[in-house]
Amino acid sequence: MSNKEFSGAEIIINSLVDLDVEVIFGYPGGAVLPIYDALFKQDKIRHILVRHEQAAVHAAEGYARSTGKVGVVLVTSGPGATNAVTGLTDAMLDSIPIICIAGQVPAHLIGSDAFQEADTVGITRHCTKHNYLVRNVDTLSKTIHEAFYVATNGRPGPVVIDVPKDVQIYTSKDIHSGVVKHRSYRPEAKGDIDQIKQAVTLLAGAKKPIFYTGGGVINSGPAAAQLLREMVQLIGAPITSTLMGLGAYPASDKQFLGMLGMHGTYEANNAMHDCDVMVCVGARFDDRVTGRLDAFSPNSKKIHIDIDRSSINKTVRVDVPIVGDVAHVLEDMLKVWKATILEQGSHSYDDWWAQIEQWRSRDCLKYKSMDDVIMPQYALERLQELTKDKDVYFTTEVGQHQMWAAQYLKLEKPNRWMTSGGLGTMGYGFPAAIGVQIAHKDALVIDVAGEASIQMNIQELSTAAQYDLPVKIFILNNEYMGMVRQWQELNHGARYSESYSESLPDFVALAKAYGAHGIVVDKPADIDGAIKEMIETDGLVVVDCRVAKFANCFPMVPSGAAHNDMIMPDDDEEIKEFEGGSALV
Amino acid sequence: MHHAHKEIEIVACHTLSIIVDNEAGVLAKVIGLFSGRGYNIENLTVAPVDIEGTESRITVVTKGTPHVIEQIKAQLDRLVPVHRVGDLTENGPHVERELALVKVHCENAQQQAALRIAEAFRAKIVDSSFDSYIFEVTGKSDKITAFVQLMQDAGLVEVVRTGVAALTRGSKAL
Ligand SMILES: Cc1ncc(C[n+]2csc(CCOP(=O)(O)OP(=O)(O)O)c2C)c(N)n1
Ligand SMILES: [Mg+2]
Repeated sequence: MSNKEFSGAEIIINSLVDLDVEVIFGYPGGAVLPIYDALFKQDKIRHILVRHEQAAVHAAEGYARSTGKVGVVLVTSGPGATNAVTGLTDAMLDSIPIICIAGQVPAHLIGSDAFQEADTVGITRHCTKHNYLVRNVDTLSKTIHEAFYVATNGRPGPVVIDVPKDVQIYTSKDIHSGVVKHRSYRPEAKGDIDQIKQAVTLLAGAKKPIFYTGGGVINSGPAAAQLLREMVQLIGAPITSTLMGLGAYPASDKQFLGMLGMHGTYEANNAMHDCDVMVCVGARFDDRVTGRLDAFSPNSKKIHIDIDRSSINKTVRVDVPIVGDVAHVLEDMLKVWKATILEQGSHSYDDWWAQIEQWRSRDCLKYKSMDDVIMPQYALERLQELTKDKDVYFTTEVGQHQMWAAQYLKLEKPNRWMTSGGLGTMGYGFPAAIGVQIAHKDALVIDVAGEASIQMNIQELSTAAQYDLPVKIFILNNEYMGMVRQWQELNHGARYSESYSESLPDFVALAKAYGAHGIVVDKPADIDGAIKEMIETDGLVVVDCRVAKFANCFPMVPSGAAHNDMIMPDDDEEIKEFEGGSALV
Repeated sequence: MHHAHKEIEIVACHTLSIIVDNEAGVLAKVIGLFSGRGYNIENLTVAPVDIEGTESRITVVTKGTPHVIEQIKAQLDRLVPVHRVGDLTENGPHVERELALVKVHCENAQQQAALRIAEAFRAKIVDSSFDSYIFEVTGKSDKITAFVQLMQDAGLVEVVRTGVAALTRGSKAL
């Protein structure tokens, strides 16, 4: 308790300051005016005014994912809160720590269908990790602190705090500071040591081991990525990553097989299929990763490290489950390995690597290049080449361009790759890039976009312009919702129902309208020049990169197929449909 | 169709005890988890159980294969306001009770039958009028179901059941 009384709005701002929040992404409205007033009167927290509340959440996600900190969002009641729902769900599925403070109608009006009333805690109950409706100003400070604890401990996720307008005005002396734990929620960070020993023994006996790693490594923090590198290099095993985990292990390292799953590499998927011991680290056997479940890595023993017990045995049964934080568990595993296995020595993996090299030689990411049309893969290869020595962060939208980006960009470090994995939210990439750029003022931040996705949050050009954010939007414009078109080609007789991007704007003119620089490029010979111009332009840039319209993203494990049943880029045969495939997503 | 697990698993009922924070929305969160993920709820009770009223105990009877039951427990356990989840069916012997109030409207001929059945089931009369009774009956759910079925021919009017309350036998708490 302090001696001074503070209004609820002041308590919100002071609590955020106490929790080291420097930036919030938001949009005002009637039910949050007292908070905006309190913001006006202080200078510790910077407010970034977005143009749509969904973008506020994605920006906060980009901020959180590129810094490891909590992203904070402020929205008004009713439409402000409902607009945030897609972003919250996105953060829920990708386990991103977000605090979203929402205004609410005054407590005595709740339930009366008051103007701009929505049942925010009801609506967000299942798309947040936890949520609160604060009815008493005396509990406000504690609730905000506790919300941070919940958002960041265990498997991270979004937390909504719904604050009625009268609570923002009432005053209280009840002020908390520092860490406030939840009454009962205590996720365990350390893994069970017996399980860890068992895992090490299993791994040491492997002839064909593989590490399969995911976003949990990134979420666990830089130490986890470091320990992963140490472990993988010490053992000498191959490693593959999910979409979410890219960058945790350097893509250029020879032990890295590239991404696995639906659009994963030939070598990664075959190695997953044929391995004898799989170490799943902070990944969750998502359906994009496993393909057909009953044919998923049929002959392997599986070790699964995850902070969330419910991820274990959810779809794939594992032999050694370890519930804990990746960094803690890897640290213990390394200790045990060094103490017991190093002297004994483990198997040589020469045969396994020989097999993998054979798969690798298939060169699954090769594509037919053309002289007159830019292949999207080529554009990304050049983007990779021309940015590789820079302090660069990539975000993406959702579609083919996203998968190509995952395949062709070589991510070397964690926290530099922001993409919507679990929810697959078109419109994620640009606002996320804004959040990244806010956190990393001088970095090169590039949103790899599709011409359809970018239009889902294109209004944020205004936000980027307002704050002089030099974000680069690199649109792979194939004039189609390419991923939809690809599925229609594969599963629906090439009937391109509503997947053509009709009436596209002139992106260069559009950029200009927002005071940004626009570049259009449509010849392979000009691509390097366009990318260099984009990088060298000091400010917001939109590149309209016109690419081949009918390129498909391969390799592909079609829905219903097994890992070793991939469609390859040079397959000319008629593509067969897999049993039940067209009913799957 | 492809199934995740080829071995045939036996579907069984499990009685779960869930200790939660007694705060608004927790029940909705727990029930929403069942509906959202397609799990069954066969039976449900909830009430605050500690003196301060800060903790509630939810008892759910659910049905599934061992794999599904494991998932349900893990999913419940990760909810922030859930303190503990116990599987009474798995934890060994336990006592299960349900209470029902059963209203019958009886003509003369039915009256004797109703009273006889009530006696056999150790049901108490908690209300009676010129031509009706309300019986209170407690016991395992199948006993209550049997009682209600028998009362059908003795002028059953309406029934209310509390749902299952259950505790493991012995001195230990959940
Ligand atoms: C909000 C939302 N609506 C619909 C979809 C379904 N969807 C997935 S990819 C895609 C097409 C994306 O087109 P574009 O942005 O041009 O990318 P491309 O696949 O052409 O690279 C659609 C409609 C989605 N993922 N998100
Ligand atoms: Mg497109």
